[in-house]
Formats: sequence, structure tokens, C-alpha cells
Amino acid sequence: MASESWLTQFPEMERADLVAIRKALDGAYRDFSRSYGEVIEAVFDPLLYFLVWFEKLLLSSPWWVVLTVVVGLVYGASRSWKLSLGVVASFLAIGYFGMWENTMRTMSIITVCTLLSIAIGIPVGIWMARSNRARSIITPILDIMQTMPAFVYLIPVVMLLGIGKVPGVIAVVIYAIPPVIRLTDLGIRLVDKEVLEAAAAYGATPWQRLWSVQLPLAMPTIMAGINQTIMMALAMVVIASMIGVKGLGQPVLKSITNQYFTMGLFNGLAIVALAIMFDRVSQAYARRTQRHLGGAQNA
Amino acid sequence: MLEPQIRIEGLYKVFGDRAQSVMPMVKQGRSKDEILAETGHAVGLNDINLTINKGEIFVVMGLSGSGKSTLIRHFNRLIDPTAGRIMVDDVDVVELNAKELNQFRRQRMSMVFQNFGLMPHRTVLENVAYGLAVQGVDKVTRRDKASQWLDTVGLAGYGQQYPSQLSGGQQQRVGLARALCTDADILLMDEAFSALDPLIRSEMQDQLIELQGRLHKTIIFITHDLDEALRIGDRIAILKDGKLSQVGRPEEILLNPADDYVEAFVRDVNRARVLTAEVVMKPPALRLTTENLDEALKQMRGWKEDYAYVFYEDKYQGVVTQEAVEEACALSDATAPTLHDMAEEGPTVQPDTVLQDALPITLESEYPVPVVSESGEYSGTLSKRDMAEILAHSNVKSEDKSAEDIAAE
Ligand SMILES: Nc1ncnc2c1ncn2[C@@H]1O[C@H](COP(=O)(O)OP(=O)(O)O)[C@@H](O)[C@H]1O
Ligand SMILES: [Mg+2]
Repeated sequence: MASESWLTQFPEMERADLVAIRKALDGAYRDFSRSYGEVIEAVFDPLLYFLVWFEKLLLSSPWWVVLTVVVGLVYGASRSWKLSLGVVASFLAIGYFGMWENTMRTMSIITVCTLLSIAIGIPVGIWMARSNRARSIITPILDIMQTMPAFVYLIPVVMLLGIGKVPGVIAVVIYAIPPVIRLTDLGIRLVDKEVLEAAAAYGATPWQRLWSVQLPLAMPTIMAGINQTIMMALAMVVIASMIGVKGLGQPVLKSITNQYFTMGLFNGLAIVALAIMFDRVSQAYARRTQRHLGGAQNA
Repeated sequence: MLEPQIRIEGLYKVFGDRAQSVMPMVKQGRSKDEILAETGHAVGLNDINLTINKGEIFVVMGLSGSGKSTLIRHFNRLIDPTAGRIMVDDVDVVELNAKELNQFRRQRMSMVFQNFGLMPHRTVLENVAYGLAVQGVDKVTRRDKASQWLDTVGLAGYGQQYPSQLSGGQQQRVGLARALCTDADILLMDEAFSALDPLIRSEMQDQLIELQGRLHKTIIFITHDLDEALRIGDRIAILKDGKLSQVGRPEEILLNPADDYVEAFVRDVNRARVLTAEVVMKPPALRLTTENLDEALKQMRGWKEDYAYVFYEDKYQGVVTQEAVEEACALSDATAPTLHDMAEEGPTVQPDTVLQDALPITLESEYPVPVVSESGEYSGTLSKRDMAEILAHSNVKSEDKSAEDIAAE
């Protein structure tokens, strides 16, 4: 019996105890989701309505209307003919290969996820930049969000809200929001101390300092965060399709299980095309609106 | 007359989380390094007491790390003191709450920064108008006023540029215009010209002096450059390790340095370029005001020198020699020239002439040169000897330790 001491064998907890703990936690969470699931779902209702409305809008509008609007936005943001033409070409190819509808679905969910991430992420980032305490609490949470395998937090989300668009959006936002938070915090902390002092010296309130100095000067960094957030959201589309988010992810998932290489490749390429478009447009927009920032900081 | 506007009393600043608990050590006179080693707290300012007068340019000078920036940031409380009072007129700045402090900063003080502190995303005009924008002044007034100040600093037409498109000197003019645009009566300038190259710096100094001649602000000017301090300062305070070494007029600092630290600073200064005739001159003497020749001769015989300065209705006329007066007295009244006719018009210098310019005049003149203001007022005489004494003195100590050596101690 001596050979079975804790020296040779890791002192594990009794199997029965472990099962009991799992059962207790799972049971508690199941009870929680049974009793509060509906309430929580109701909270997300407005989001669902918006998602459905937006997806319908993209799907029911004639393709050339959607294309015109998208190209208009691209040109407005980037002022680049080359980029706009590239976008036209990609969308025509996507439509020609029969992926128009899925692309519209993906675009709608990505747009909503991005807007939601920005709306939550920037204020949280600002809060982190202002309070070291908030920072020390939020940073480990972000670390968890970024390293925890997405499948793990899909489980409680699905248990709570079932399968569908809203849990999909929540999963994508959890996965994609850390960069915008981190880079908002970083950007604000990196703002030239003297410029901030100048604002204070002229009697600007904290709110005025935020709007007139901190956010504008942090904007290049924040934009880099938004850009990364969009990229991560797109990468999450395939995983989100596992819990019923329709779009380009589903055919990819189907291709994996059925070994349809070409179908997977085409849909994958469509995701890549969307990613490049979002990336280039947001970067061109950032460059265009911030061209005065660089020089003076070096001076 | 001199009217005190800012009074600083017993000001201490200790950097660190438990500043108050370190204060007793500071008050016991323990050194900055000891306190840092023992507690990890940096002593920024140590018992500062100052009075700054309305309308003067008050310069604070010291080596890097001596606490200059820390001191100036206390005036508008960008830094909060650990102990002490900062009175501006009848307001104790330390006691103001957040709202009052903002109001105070908007109306009473503006600030110019070493690296300009301009907002790169705003046009030059918007930068100048920033103080007004913060106050909620309407757009049209803001624009009018800002472009007026841009004109004043010589940047008319640059309003729509961005700071990054301007040179360093131009950017600091924008900084200056921004400071003037709020009409605050106190101007804080933290090494405002230190980042500029020498030529531009001296231009900016001239511009500041010229503007001050019109605006009569109270200016607190930080610099680590003694030449700059002497050039623009009405009074100078010298800071070392957070303590004041000396406060005084430029010539006091130059001629009577209070300790080795100040001494090391002033040693390399070219006195001839800084000191003025009025500092070196001897009190007025040998002044003939009478019209009567005999009377004049009697006065001159009583003096040691054989020449005198002639004044008529308080205006300086020239020099006469005793010999010439004696000759004139010998002539009959009708033919005798008046003192006025005899006065040889010689060179004069003005009270604010620097010695460098006064030197050739003094050397060429046969007699000590009278110091006479533009309005003809006689305030003293400048002799070759006095000048030699003052100027030679500055070279005697050149072999002493340099400023860096003393700072390193
Ligand atoms: N925020 C701070 N925290 C800790 N120490 C500081 C801080 N600011 C300044 N100090 C210290 O106070 C001293 C004076 O600094 P400063 O006022 O910037 O000097 P100067 O402007 O004369 O170069 C230095 O020793 C510096 O290390
Ligand atoms: Mg400094």
C-alpha cells in the first residue's frame, strides 16, 4: 500500500466528489437558465429585432442597390477609386459563384457585432485608462476572454439563450471585443502628457479633456483596435455557425464534415474578401482623417 | 509701484504615495538623496517662499531636475502641494475646489509649454482659440479674437494650417498666442524657448519683451539658461534641489551670488553683455547748475577734479574744464562766453546701455562719461576704472569649479 502514497500518485479528489461538484454546478446553472432565461432573452430582444431587420434589409434589396450603397460607403471612407473598384469586383465574383445571400448574412452580423463591440469597448477602455483599479480588474478578464477556447463559453450561452442569432452575436462579441478595449486604454494612456496638461491649464473639465484631447489623439490606436476587432469577428463566423448563425460559416462547416474542399475554399475566400475590404477601408479612413496627427507629435 | 500679486508661503512637494509621512524628515533638513534612498519619495520642492509682483517678469532658474517644472505647475495646480499656501491676490489657490479651479485657470492664468503642447488635430486658429472654446465663447468671437492674436505674434495667414506644418519657432508663437488669447493676467512659461535653436530663441525673447512692454502681464518664466534669465528677467530666483538659493535682480545675482551654486552659474556669464551703465555708475557729481562764472569757478575749486558737467534747466549741456572757466572769468563781462557756450558737448550713455556698448565710448572719452537718460536726466558717471573693475572681476574666478561640477556634488 505504501507505493500508492501521495508521493507516487497525485492526490486526486474522489471521483464521486468530482461528479457531485459537476452535477451541482451544472444543475444550478440549468436552474438559473430555466428561471431567468426568458427574462434575459427579453433583454436581448431589441438586438434580435435589429439583427433580423438589418439582415432582411440586405437580403431583400436588389443586389445592385446593396452594391451601390456599399461602394458609396467604401469610397466615402477611403476616397480611393482603386479600392472601390476592387470591392465591386469581389462582390460580383461572390454573387456569380452563388454566395451572395450568405455574404449578406455574414456582413449584417459582422456589422452588428462591430458596432456593439465599439459601443461597449470604447467606454470600458476609457474607464480602464482613468482608473488603475478598473484596469487591474478588467485586464485578467480580457486575458480569459482571449485565451478561453470559444467552444467553452458557447456552452453556457447556448444553455441560456438557445441556438440562434443572439447567442451567436454574444459569442462573437466576447471573442472580438478585447482588442478595442485594450487599445482604447493604451491609446488614451499614450496621449502626449503636455497636450493634456495644456488642456487642463486652460480650464478644460475632465469631460472636455476627453473629447478635445484624449479621444482624438488616441484615435489612431483606437482605430487599430477596431480593425483587429473586425478581423477577429470575421474569424469567429465559422465557429458561430455551429450555434446556428447563418452565413458564410455554415457552408464551411458543412465542407469540413463532408470533405467538400472546393466549397470550403470558395466560402473561405469570400470571408477573406470581406476581411480585406473591412481592413483596407477602415485603415484608409483612419489615415485620411488623421494625417495631421503624426507630424506634430514628432516635432 | 511694486504691488505684490502672487505670494508663495512654505510650499513643499513630496512625490509618492505617503507624502505626508515623509514631511517630518524633510522639515528636519534631511537631504533629498537620503530621503529618496530611505523612503522612495522624491522631494520636489522644499520650503519655497516667494513674492511675485504685478507686471514683472519673474524668472525661475536652475539645473535640470531642480524642481522648476514642479514649482510652476503649482501656480495653476497642475500639481497639488504637499504643504503650503499659494496666494494669488486674495485667492488661496490650494483651497479652490475643482469647479473654482477651472474658473481660475480660465480667467487668471495661461500657460506656455516647453514642447508647445499644441493639439495636432486642430488648426492653428482652433489651437489659439482653445481657451475660449473651453469657456464656451461663441464661434465668431473666438475666430476674431484668435486671428487678432495670431496677427500680433506675426503669424497672420497661418490660421488654417496644422501645427505639424509649422516650424518650431512658429509653433511656439502659436503657443504664445493661445496663452494671450484668454486675456489672463498671469502667464506661466515653462522653458518656453528651450526647445528652439539659438537664433529663433533670441527672436522670441525680443518678441516677449516687446509684447510685455505693451501688455504688462505678470510673467513667471522658467529657464535653465542664465543668459536668457538675465536678458528677460526683472527678478530671478535660483532653485537647487527644490530649494531657493537666491532671489534678486539680475545684477544682484551677478554681482553678489549667494552661494557656490549660484556662483558657478554666473561665472561664465559675459558681464559686459548683461550689466548696464546704471548698475556700474557712480552717483552724480561735479554738477554745475549756476549761470554765474565766478560762482562756478568757486564751486570747481572746491572739487578735486579739474572739470565739471554743465546743466541748464536740468538738461545736460557738456563738459567744461577749470582752466577754461578761469580764462573766461579773466575777460570782461561783455566779451566773456557763458558756461553754456563753453560746454564742450561730449559723449553720454543712457542708463540702460549695456557695458559692452558703453565700453568704447568710455575708453575714448577724456572724462568719465555722464549717464544721461533720453529726457536729459543726469543719474551718474561711468569711468574707465569702474568698468575695468567690474569686468575684470568676472574673469578672476574662471578657474573655479564649473556649474556641472557643483551640480554633481
Ligand atoms: N511625478 C513625479 N513623480 C516623482 N518624482 C517626480 C515627479 N515629477 C518630478 N519629480 C522629481 O522632482 C524633481 C524635480 O523635477 P522637475 O520639476 O521636473 O525639474 P526641472 O523642471 O527643474 O527639470 C526631480 O528630481 C524629479 O525626479
Ligand atoms: Mg522642467
